[in-house]
Amino acid sequence: MSEQGSTAAASSPERGTVRVKRGLADMLKGGVIMDVVDAEQARIAEAAGAVAVMALERVPADIRADGGVARMSDPQMIDQIVEAVSIPVMAKARIGHFVEAQVLQSLGVDYVDESEVLTPADEANHIDKWRFDVPFVCGATNLGEALRRLSEGAAMIRSKGEAGTGNVVEATRHMRSITAEIRRLATMDETELYQAAKHHQAPVELIRECAETGRLPVVLFTAGGIATPADAAMMMQLGADGVFVGSGIFKSGNPDQRAQAIVEATTHFDDPEVVAKVSRGLGEAMVGIEMSELPADQQYAGRGW
Amino acid sequence: MSASFVPSRWVPGDRLATRRAAPSVAAGAPTIGVLALQGDVLEHLRALERCGARAVTVRRADQLAAVDGLVLPGGESTTIGKLLDRFGLRLPIRARIDAGLPVFGTCAGMILLSDELDQAVGQPLIGGLAVRTRRNAFGRQRDSFDTRLEVAGIAGGPIDVAFIRAPRVERVLRDDVEVLAAIDGHPVVVRQGALLATAFHPEVTGDDRLHAAFVASVRSAHDRGQRTIA
Repeated sequence: MSEQGSTAAASSPERGTVRVKRGLADMLKGGVIMDVVDAEQARIAEAAGAVAVMALERVPADIRADGGVARMSDPQMIDQIVEAVSIPVMAKARIGHFVEAQVLQSLGVDYVDESEVLTPADEANHIDKWRFDVPFVCGATNLGEALRRLSEGAAMIRSKGEAGTGNVVEATRHMRSITAEIRRLATMDETELYQAAKHHQAPVELIRECAETGRLPVVLFTAGGIATPADAAMMMQLGADGVFVGSGIFKSGNPDQRAQAIVEATTHFDDPEVVAKVSRGLGEAMVGIEMSELPADQQYAGRGW
Repeated sequence: MSASFVPSRWVPGDRLATRRAAPSVAAGAPTIGVLALQGDVLEHLRALERCGARAVTVRRADQLAAVDGLVLPGGESTTIGKLLDRFGLRLPIRARIDAGLPVFGTCAGMILLSDELDQAVGQPLIGGLAVRTRRNAFGRQRDSFDTRLEVAGIAGGPIDVAFIRAPRVERVLRDDVEVLAAIDGHPVVVRQGALLATAFHPEVTGDDRLHAAFVASVRSAHDRGQRTIA
């Protein structure tokens, strides 16, 4: 080891802090996180430029098609994906299923997604995420829901959209809802913020921070229905810090090319010429589902509260 | 709503420090670019502004001409490296580095500046900094940590920093690389001429002393350049 220069010792390190939890999400900004079901897909995602992969047993489109109870993935499969790539690995636990989260933390996953895509395990309580060293990302359809997840310890938020539909309309609704509600806070005076906290059913300190910065206190990604480079760029223009793509890549005709195109469109989201260039000749996008054809009991966004 | 609803571990406004910008930029301030392909670009822009620089994003090669210095932010080095190649930025940045452009790389930025990686993953690097670096050298996210670290040449006591899936320098490859801080004998802050690299993130803590030192070095390089032209 080189001995040149100073070799100052660090003070005792602190792990699992709010700062390193939220900080990892900061490092993912401007990037695309891709759903993968095995090591081979994880390698394709990494090669295409994904900033992280989400390990799960079935992509949401297949969860919809198969029905039944959707649970945390097999630890063996998660291990294989962790082994296969050098980028962060995320994995999903059911809403309220704190033991699935404990298992995922013990496997060394880098982020846990407490996800409405899986079948909820608790109809009243989300996981107390402060108890964990591993950071959590949670879904939200509006500002109040996002801030309630933060108050439970989430370190990153994704708008829910409607997973496995290949239809961006719900992602648009949820992104617009969150960003518009934050913009409205910015116009309020101190007194009105108390009423806003009551209205959103969220802690007033978090409401105040949104009002001052014009952003959520954590990174806000978008999810649920992103299928094309233009979808991803639209979400970025609507204020997302980055994009989750689930079924949209590996349910399409040409996954590696589409994955790369979505990465490039996310970086150059404000440059239509780049989005046009990367959108050429991608082949079949996933088929997709019109929202009016999706019965209310099969809509995932209503799970969680 | 009762006050007890707010969990004790949540610090109100803990992110405000890293989101605030200086009110205005003075005339004659150096222009510093932040590579904005992916990563924590916003935090670097704000830190540079607080240190008196004009901070701009760089996504295309033609934007490089306008900058007096460049920051390579934290992010995923594999993603940023691939996008550098796809959008034709990697070689132009290297050419500016070889011509003396001051560059500050944090975490993924340190990896991208390195001449060598010790893992054979074949990811694109900008290079220029004569070190061999190891990615994720401290482990996965559960091993990420906050700490305070003495850095040679930075006055005012230890700097508040965050190591997030951080790399470290495994070997210094040339004598002109100065090690300004190390952990367990492994360099985590290095300087070589106009290049500065840290394994950690000073930009997420609001402790701007390393940014201030970088802005000062860009300013003096800029002033030297102005005098040469005059």
